Amino acid sequence: MTPRTKILSGLVRHVILLTTGSLVLVPFIWMVSLSLKPPAELFSSNFTLLPEHWFAVENYTKALTAAPLPRYMLNGVIVCAAILLLQIIVCAPAAYALAKIRFAGREIIFGFVLIGLLIPHQVLALPLFILCYWLGILNTYAALIFPFVVSPFGIFLFRQFFMSIPDDIVHAARLDGLSELSIVWRIMLPMSLPAVIAFSIVSVVGHWNDLFWPLLVVHSQEFMPPSLGIVTFANAETGNDYGPLMAGATLVVAPLVIAFFAAQRWFIEGLTAGSVK
Amino acid sequence: MSQQQVVVDRELWVETGSAEALAGYALVGPALFLILVLFILPAGAVLAIAATDWHLGAKTLSFIGTANFTSLLADRAFRAALFNTAAYVLMVVPSTLVLGLSLALLIESGKSLRAFYRAIHFLPFMTSLAAMAIVWEALLHPTIGLVNQVLAAVGLPTANWLRSETTVLPILAVIGTWQSLGLALVLFLAGLKAIPQELYDAAEIDGADGLLDRLQTVTLPSLAPVSLFVVIVVMLRAFATFDIVQILTKGGPDDASVMLLYALYRESFEYLRTGYGAAIAVIFLVIVIALAAIQTRVVNTRTSRS
Amino acid sequence: MVGVSVRGISKSFGSASILNGISLDICDGEFLTLLGPSGCGKSTLLRIIAGLEQQDCGTIEVAGIKVDHLRPKLRDVAMVFQSYALYPHLTVSENMALPLRMRRLSAWQRLPVIGALLPNVRSVCTEIKTEVARTAKALGIDHLLSRKPSQLSGGQRQRVAVGRAMVRHPAVFLMDEPLSNLDAKLRVQMRGEIKELHRRLGVTFVYVTHDQTEAMTMSDRVAVMLDGQVAQVASPRQIYACPADRRVAELIGAPKINLLEAAPRGEGLLAIAGSTLAVDNVLDFGDSVTVGIRPESLQFADRAGLNTLTGRLRYVEHVGADLFAYVDVPGSREPLVARLPVELASRLQSDQTLHLRVRCEQALLFSADGRRLSEGDGQVTPLRSYAE
Repeated sequence: MTPRTKILSGLVRHVILLTTGSLVLVPFIWMVSLSLKPPAELFSSNFTLLPEHWFAVENYTKALTAAPLPRYMLNGVIVCAAILLLQIIVCAPAAYALAKIRFAGREIIFGFVLIGLLIPHQVLALPLFILCYWLGILNTYAALIFPFVVSPFGIFLFRQFFMSIPDDIVHAARLDGLSELSIVWRIMLPMSLPAVIAFSIVSVVGHWNDLFWPLLVVHSQEFMPPSLGIVTFANAETGNDYGPLMAGATLVVAPLVIAFFAAQRWFIEGLTAGSVK
Repeated sequence: MSQQQVVVDRELWVETGSAEALAGYALVGPALFLILVLFILPAGAVLAIAATDWHLGAKTLSFIGTANFTSLLADRAFRAALFNTAAYVLMVVPSTLVLGLSLALLIESGKSLRAFYRAIHFLPFMTSLAAMAIVWEALLHPTIGLVNQVLAAVGLPTANWLRSETTVLPILAVIGTWQSLGLALVLFLAGLKAIPQELYDAAEIDGADGLLDRLQTVTLPSLAPVSLFVVIVVMLRAFATFDIVQILTKGGPDDASVMLLYALYRESFEYLRTGYGAAIAVIFLVIVIALAAIQTRVVNTRTSRS
Repeated sequence: MVGVSVRGISKSFGSASILNGISLDICDGEFLTLLGPSGCGKSTLLRIIAGLEQQDCGTIEVAGIKVDHLRPKLRDVAMVFQSYALYPHLTVSENMALPLRMRRLSAWQRLPVIGALLPNVRSVCTEIKTEVARTAKALGIDHLLSRKPSQLSGGQRQRVAVGRAMVRHPAVFLMDEPLSNLDAKLRVQMRGEIKELHRRLGVTFVYVTHDQTEAMTMSDRVAVMLDGQVAQVASPRQIYACPADRRVAELIGAPKINLLEAAPRGEGLLAIAGSTLAVDNVLDFGDSVTVGIRPESLQFADRAGLNTLTGRLRYVEHVGADLFAYVDVPGSREPLVARLPVELASRLQSDQTLHLRVRCEQALLFSADGRRLSEGDGQVTPLRSYAE
């Protein structure tokens, strides 16, 4: 290749990728753009990115006050944190046992984990809904959290990582006087930090964004996580007053987008692993 | 110190084999119990409910065998759901595959701004589809939506995208592709990274030095297993589409955008025909298991080859 | 006093039997090496002593106390692993402090933040810190205490692993091939350091290796393990000079001992490789006997004769002070190896005929079933002078 064609092909690459990239980003840009505009400008046919009259403060204030948006976000934090914490507490010891301890029936138990990994959650929604009804936890945080306290994917991922840790480390820890449970917390998990981070991202992103399950089990705004909350907000706000709605959507999307740009590599690797399983 | 400590501590190891096993059961116990309660038993329950005529909340039910499945197949709405899902998958998967691969090749063909391009194309994959569906609704608004404004500005025909039977499914497929694209892209980028440089060197020595030659002799054949993999992963996601249907169309107009999961949701939780809904869940599960079986075979052949 | 006593230990994994009734007494303060090829069960035995594996039958005593039912933590043993097994997420000092913290602090006291507020914790921690620092200083790793294992060289990691074992002052040190991950030069240096450490601490060391040089240079006694059994326990010198059987003789010594089939001719004469060997006495060899000749027991000779083997020189290997001559002799597929003084090099050419005199008093005789023929069973071998 001559230098000239090289520069040219590089230029073509950037032009194409910038074009596709902007197309992909159009919904995000449009969302933010509308969240800054007053209602009058929404209907004008000559579209602009930035508003002629800034209306951001009004829109965001309305999003935060008219709908219990802060409440949705708080619910999201509570639910995601509780799910993640419980998942790690339940899954890490199980993964350690499956990776490092010999006992009869280990393969069968791992088989159950694999079956759990295979079944999409929507298939189980019906019996789980009935279970939550029996337990009397419908329309509470518990209903949002309980079905997810064990993650077959978490067990699978942790087991994978734990198996790559040499047995000698476990033996040394036993000789040093650690109990099996403290081997999990003090040795295995800290040594598997990449797995913990990847799993945390999969878990938090998944439950922050989940709509299907919250839609079934929660109907008071008090407990709604962000995705369900913003949908409820959208349904309540009939008419075309997009400004506050887009402000709300921006607020719901923003935390994860910010986290994504802060730890891009972790997000991409983690979520790819999570979707492939 | 030893003798006293032995007497005092009395932390006996009993017989190591069984003590170790005991620790194993204790550690795995909670997770096992929860997997049984939250996955295995519910899965069994779905199969059982699918064989009944139970309505959610009803006090009685009777066993009706495979009647739910036969009436499903005769049900116009369910046939529409199956057809729509298939059509949706057939639109999303090829477009995601082609776009993902092209973008991956394009990103990998240069050195600058790789991470940036990867990140912006990946962004939709990780954002709340519920929130973004609302944004899409605004974009597709028949009068003030950006899409129609742009089309009108350049003199192309506009449409009420989400309310027209002919456009609703393709437009959902566009949104589906927009969301899955990043995943395919990242998987392809990983696949490209895994191709050893020696293969390119060998191809160059063998005379395949043009861009298309390299693509044909090395890149595409090497990516074949990854592509199969991408197809299945994206397909699984496409089959499980729910959020955009629920938010944007509710299956309308006239069931033109009903898909499997939405049908499941509607039958089980809106029409309360629980047994019927469970039968849909079973059909969905069968599809997923079939795809997973193919995926496992792909992974196995891939690992056995390398 | 007995340091470690091993009685009738057997162990199998599934259908594979790893250890078959091992019995072994290790003296207090002794440096005992378990030597054997890979797969002989030496590491398994060490892990059983540590309590990391459970024997199928048999007993282990440490310092006179039965430990079969004690968890590893309570056995008063420390172990240095082949891979060092340092915790990669902890610093050197945290690695070394861990066994002490687990022993001296309760579970509550070990909790982060809350633990530090409990009474006594601070003083115990200071104490632990001092001990860790003292041990580190003794090992010359005190400047590395705040580093992570990944920032250390192989030799430094090895020292940290030893330090982690040392801080506890265990009654017994167990070492599982601790030098096999080091390069040759460092291995020689660490060999000396471990030997010196043993001398200084004066406690029992059980050391597992497949490297005979390590076994021979470091040990008070060597236990040779073959196929799940102890073939011989003796001092390094005895193991070399008076192997209990043919397998031990083959295992020890590099290059390997030469083994030649011989036919007894009566009157203390053996027909061997086209020549005749005269041994001291009239022995009841049975039908056949195997003669073991170490490479240094062969001497250059000018002509054929009694006690002299004749063959064709295949090639010569120089190893500095000596040379090894590989000689094809009749009746043996493997070439005979002779250790000859390097001055002979100029007189040796490939394919020439070479005469080698056997120093018969050093030759080892093995019966058909592999046992060494010795005085013990009423037979006289020419090894009297070496038996101790």
